[in-house]
Amino acid sequence: MSKRIELKDLNIFYGKFHAVKSVNMTIEPRAVTAFIGSSGCGKSTVLRSINRMHEVIDGAYVEGQVLLDGVDLYDKAVDPVRVRRHIGMVFQRPNPFPTMSIRENILAGVRLNNSRISKSDADELVETSLQGANLWNEVKDRLDKPGSGLSGGQQQRLCIARAIAVSPDVLLMDEPCSALDPISTLAVEDLIQELKENYTVVIVTHNMQQAARVSDSTAFFNLKAHGQPGELIEYGPTEKIFHNPEQKATEDYITGRFG
Amino acid sequence: MTATTMPTTTDNQLTAGQLPRFSAIAMLVVVVAVVAGVMALFGTPAIGAVVIVSVLVFLAAMYALSWAVEGSRRAADRTAGHVVTGFFVLALLPLVSLVFSTVAKGLERFDVQFFTYSMRNVIGEGGGAIHAIWGTIIVTGLATLISVPIGLFTAIYLVEYAGSNKLAAAIRLFVDVMTGIPSIVAGLFAYTVFSLILGPGTNSGLSGAIALTVLMIPTVVRSAEEMLRLVPNELREASYALGVPKWLTIAKVVLPTALAGLVTGVVLAIARVMGETAPLLVTAGITASMNINPFADPMATLPVFVYYQYMTPGVPQDPFYARAWAGALVLILIVMGLNAIGRFIAWKFAPKTGR
Repeated sequence: MSKRIELKDLNIFYGKFHAVKSVNMTIEPRAVTAFIGSSGCGKSTVLRSINRMHEVIDGAYVEGQVLLDGVDLYDKAVDPVRVRRHIGMVFQRPNPFPTMSIRENILAGVRLNNSRISKSDADELVETSLQGANLWNEVKDRLDKPGSGLSGGQQQRLCIARAIAVSPDVLLMDEPCSALDPISTLAVEDLIQELKENYTVVIVTHNMQQAARVSDSTAFFNLKAHGQPGELIEYGPTEKIFHNPEQKATEDYITGRFG
Repeated sequence: MTATTMPTTTDNQLTAGQLPRFSAIAMLVVVVAVVAGVMALFGTPAIGAVVIVSVLVFLAAMYALSWAVEGSRRAADRTAGHVVTGFFVLALLPLVSLVFSTVAKGLERFDVQFFTYSMRNVIGEGGGAIHAIWGTIIVTGLATLISVPIGLFTAIYLVEYAGSNKLAAAIRLFVDVMTGIPSIVAGLFAYTVFSLILGPGTNSGLSGAIALTVLMIPTVVRSAEEMLRLVPNELREASYALGVPKWLTIAKVVLPTALAGLVTGVVLAIARVMGETAPLLVTAGITASMNINPFADPMATLPVFVYYQYMTPGVPQDPFYARAWAGALVLILIVMGLNAIGRFIAWKFAPKTGR
């Protein structure tokens, strides 16, 4: 289920713009890894390059390697669509499909791929996925209602349930709580703690307390100056990054003495 | 006394005088009565003159009254509101008058015979437009069948695949140019194409449909493009992140989300070409008999039927004029029916937001 990710000398570009410079890191399975750093430093870009969502944007490309249990995701023979079936993603703003009910949203990964699924299997998948996202008890009586009728926090957990319904190896989360209130945030954070039992979880966050609360390892990204590519400044166990960082920039950022 | 009915800023910073709700209507009635009365002193006034003078006097009087009671900001707000309402009424007048006269004159022949008889062997009274009704349905139906797939796929290419390449820019330019083509040119184009292939002077329902297609494609492309652009990128990304290929994302996420708007756009495009007369005049032509084969022989359509009934009446003329008005009424009803169906479909398929 859960797999190790290695980034080797990863350079990311948007057309001529060099967005991220030579990132080297290993993301451990069955753990939560947090990416922190100021806006525009490339942490979301690195995250999106892990499941090849980066190249959806016109003119964007990558140099270097992203290895998923030793397999290079950017090898010519690799199909980006298959990569995304193994590496799920949750976005900053909850984005349930507006034309679908809660149940259909969960089954979207299966149904949209034209795969057939029996009614009983579908029922089971909906229940396990929603339970996996701690949402089952709240929505079990209204599975046929539209997903967009849920509250923001519920919608985000619906999106997480949708992502885990295709049983990926890795779950990428791009600021999953930035549009949520504190109570919904707590629900999602609890969920992340449970998810790491089965998945490799990578989370981008602007909330330092959140990184400290949920992650096992933390990576700090930064820009040298505006217009320069972002870089990985420091990467290590969360405990160490927050209490005893090696780099001055990391310490400045974490203590809020930045810029 | 004034302080209680009309508080000024001196006794309370937050309150201001207010005119009662009916003041505008009351003022309008008074102004019209006064203006008409004064003008009547100089002989019977023209209605147009009374209306124009009344509107100007009303605007000035209302501004003055509001300025005195409510202050300059409220007065300006009222005047702007009255001007906007005035132009709205002005825009509505031709429409109301058109619908009124079409219904009034069209009802005379809006009978069973009109919907069961063609004009075959009819020289005076009687006869009907069933051949033209079927012709309009067949010709616009064919035009829709041809132009909706072309227009829709063009829009999908432009929004989902092209990005900002040169081909897309060229397509957009040509679509814009096509929107401005005079409809008679589209008719002559279709006529020429069929003359070159089948020999000069051929009329057929299909050539009419081709002419309408030329007019319909740009409308469909434009509206579909707008609708597809409204689909949030987040939904496409959500679908990609589930490992769904691009074409399935378009077919199962983008198109269903935009469906309501797409249907509305298509229905409006159909309604727009259904009333075209000039291109059908030269392509589909006119006949007095029923012809449901679009591939050969002239085919009557409602606009062309109306045109010939009105422009080349026989003796007596009245039955011809009555048939023309009834034909126009039927055409308006079909277009309104299509709009209603379009709205219903749009409402039915609109993304659900209920709780």
